[in-house]
Amino acid sequence: MAAVSERVHPRQYARPGEQPGLWGWLTTVDHKRIGIMYMLAACVFLFFGGAEAFLMRLQLAVPNNTLISASTFNELFTMHGLTMIFFVVMPLSSGFMNYVLPLQIGARDVAFPRLNTLGLWLTIGGGLILYTSWFMGGAPDAGWFNYAPLNSPPYTGTGIDFYVVGLMVAGLGSLMTGINFLTTIVNMRAPGMHPMRLPMFVWTTVLTSLLLIFAMPALTADLILLFFDRFFGTGFFNPAVGGNALLWQQLFWIFGHPEVYILIMPAFGIISEVIPVFSRKPLFGYSSMVFAVMAIGFMSFMVWSHHMFTVGYGPLVNSVFAITSMLISVPTGVKIFNWLATMWGGRIRFTTAMMFATAFIATFTIGGFSGVMLASAPADLQYNDSYFVVAHIHYVLVGGALMALFAAGYYWYPKITGRLLSESLGKWNFWLLFIGFNVTFFPMHFLGLLGMPRRVFTYAPNLGLNTWNYVATLGVFVLAAGFVMYLVNLLWAWKNGAPAGNDPWDARTLEWSTTSPPPAYDFASIPLVRGRDPFWVEKTTGNGQMIPVDTAGADEGDAHHAGKVHVPAPSALPLCLTLALVVAGYGSLLRIWIIAVIGILAMFFCLFRWMFDKDPGEMLDVVPTGGEHA
Amino acid sequence: MRLSAWRPGSKRWALATALALGVLALAGCAQTPQSVLSPAGPVATTELQVISLGFWIMLGVGVVVLGLLLAIIFRFRARKNDDALPEQVEGNTRLEFAWTIIPVLLLAVLAVPTIKDAFAAASPPNPSTALPVTVVGHQWWWEFDYPTLHIVTADEMHIPAGTQVAISLQSVDVIHSFWVPRLAGKLDAVPGRTNSMWLEAAQPGTYAGQCAELCGTSHALMRLSVIADSPSAWSAWVQKMQHPQNTQPTSGAAQAGFKDFSTAGCSACHTIDGTSYKGTLGPNLTNLGLRVGIAADNLANNDANLAKWLANPPAIMPDVDMPNLHLTQQQIADLSAYLEGQK
Repeated sequence: MAAVSERVHPRQYARPGEQPGLWGWLTTVDHKRIGIMYMLAACVFLFFGGAEAFLMRLQLAVPNNTLISASTFNELFTMHGLTMIFFVVMPLSSGFMNYVLPLQIGARDVAFPRLNTLGLWLTIGGGLILYTSWFMGGAPDAGWFNYAPLNSPPYTGTGIDFYVVGLMVAGLGSLMTGINFLTTIVNMRAPGMHPMRLPMFVWTTVLTSLLLIFAMPALTADLILLFFDRFFGTGFFNPAVGGNALLWQQLFWIFGHPEVYILIMPAFGIISEVIPVFSRKPLFGYSSMVFAVMAIGFMSFMVWSHHMFTVGYGPLVNSVFAITSMLISVPTGVKIFNWLATMWGGRIRFTTAMMFATAFIATFTIGGFSGVMLASAPADLQYNDSYFVVAHIHYVLVGGALMALFAAGYYWYPKITGRLLSESLGKWNFWLLFIGFNVTFFPMHFLGLLGMPRRVFTYAPNLGLNTWNYVATLGVFVLAAGFVMYLVNLLWAWKNGAPAGNDPWDARTLEWSTTSPPPAYDFASIPLVRGRDPFWVEKTTGNGQMIPVDTAGADEGDAHHAGKVHVPAPSALPLCLTLALVVAGYGSLLRIWIIAVIGILAMFFCLFRWMFDKDPGEMLDVVPTGGEHA
Repeated sequence: MRLSAWRPGSKRWALATALALGVLALAGCAQTPQSVLSPAGPVATTELQVISLGFWIMLGVGVVVLGLLLAIIFRFRARKNDDALPEQVEGNTRLEFAWTIIPVLLLAVLAVPTIKDAFAAASPPNPSTALPVTVVGHQWWWEFDYPTLHIVTADEMHIPAGTQVAISLQSVDVIHSFWVPRLAGKLDAVPGRTNSMWLEAAQPGTYAGQCAELCGTSHALMRLSVIADSPSAWSAWVQKMQHPQNTQPTSGAAQAGFKDFSTAGCSACHTIDGTSYKGTLGPNLTNLGLRVGIAADNLANNDANLAKWLANPPAIMPDVDMPNLHLTQQQIADLSAYLEGQK
């Protein structure tokens, strides 16, 4: 069956119930197609978020610049933050989780395939609502954390309405994604994949899901209060009528700090996959890595007030949160040292994926250092709301999350498309991005210490801020060139990349034991897991391929008899439900309540159809497992 | 030189930090009037010491971690034709224990001054002798209210050098953040709350600051100066503010400006002490001629800049509440003569 390992156009792997073409993609419940769509959507939003950043850096290149007006600048940084956090890093992570997670645990899909589709459409729907604000009275302009009372009339316009509704819709999607992934990992692992054999990427998905489940409701509660304040004139955040402006901040950061780890956890997982493979060693200290992510996940709920050291809660509160914030660096440090120890003594192949993973260690560590410095409350009184914080968040989110997502791109692209990305374009991509990133963001540490507050559309020429601002703007051009290289590589390799085969990296986990791209049913036979790094175990014990559970006789009662596999059928209901909710959203945004009511009723109609819709699924013919190995 | 003077967190280390970072940060710029790294009072100095301690600890850890990373990159990169499988090490309990405990110890070193100085920054050591000032944030200007001296002014906060100043922070609209980096770290002005901080300028001088919390369109332009006066300059300023001169001129352009102040609408929002002008929406303009800057400290205080501001305020400060009053050139000249004449 050599033909199977040659690249086939993904369309060929559509599940049988799926329509060809666009409608098939719109109604799919296949985790792989959903994953691809998450990533494509994230790339589109990355373009917008990047363009916003580019414009801001042009404005700040020189003092007293008049390229962009003050109000537009406020819209730009608000949209940039929202876009990059909610519509780039989160969907990119969701994309990789969707694609890789079921494959890594030896499953054929997620636990709730339709809910998965719904999560995708809600995320995209929320993003579209947010972005249409540009054409409907202006974008939100109170920063991504949108402090009260600036987020309420009379201080800001209708842009904030789009913030509220857009994030509510997208947040619902994130919540469902969290529930879905957690259920999948708990219930759908292949036989033998007990918890301490889960790949680290799966473990970080467990923690990301838990964080989503516990953190998103705090944001939703905050948004609902703001919705009432803005649409119905209540005063939850208005001190003049007995409200409390700081209530917004409390709820926002109870969500917001775990959110930071929602963004970085998947990166931890990706790095923990890439480094062992290219060092040709198992992950060092697996158990301590598992406990480290658990500790980080748990502690991420106990540090939120370190975003609020300057609101005046006093030294006692600040001291407590300073200590918890410092402590969170301990498990993070454990992870860094374990990665280094994994590389130590290895035979490291510096592919582009590995270069990004190595750079991640350096840049994320620098972000961690500034994080510890920020945790020290008296010092933070100087750092807070300055460019030092801007430098820190970008070292963590670009140097951390995005660097890891680039590593993931180079690592898993061959699995997703069957073709390798160009390594020579990859090197250009890496060096431009790495140099551009550091030239752009490292000077921002200095700018903060020189007294430049964040979110300023301009600065006076006599503050000594001119040089580093100019340098940072120059860096953005290099950074942008790096992104362009990646795009070129993605497009070039789609048709021209070298065929990847099943296992181009000599990797360790289950996704590499099936074809590239995997068939619609992922695995012809559910693999038997006989150790941590299950594929590596079989390769090093001489099998070279996974032992199917059926032949091992371990799981006779299951539904996957040889020759036929059951997969869920496609459905238009998730898309319809999202459209109904988006219509309801626009109804309330335009204050045309009858449209909002119609949208809500339509949503309930979809929900009832969904509930009483019996999905018999599809039975697929499968190619025998024997042909799949490399 | 005593070794103890070089203990982490000491002033010498802070100075070394300022030098280490400053060399990088300056990059040829002589003037950094808003720099955290050149503290001019005890609060900012203490904060720089904590910054400094964190910086040196992190630099130490950074040299180890990034040095290790570089060493690994060069030592363990795969050589050509070397396909041997490296030893499959899964962990080492002792090592893992070590790199859990050592960071905890380093953090403990940082935690002690963190807690100590968090309390120190909160209230002045001698509250009974401190000068109380109520600082009120407005979109987009700062009001300074000296309750014991019965002085209200804006944009420039005069303080006596070498004296502790106890600040009560309030806001009338959105959240602002009061930040004069060379004197003290920032604190938010939150509507519905009164927050407290203190600062002191060791030497006379002018210390630049600005709002640090996004507060609307012209957040970037919400600047201020703290002017620390010598004892004689301070008593002169207090004297002038308590007994303002030339507030009701009787001749020339200033008299015309004095009349324009009500007829053109200025007095609806602005107060001039010693007159019947008692508007409170905008800054108190008494003794404007004494100020170094105007328009929330964005423009040098001179006739040309004042004329520019009066001609069209929103052109200088987008979305500002003060409208374009469509004043004539004559009115602008008269108002300028009146306002600048008070000193």
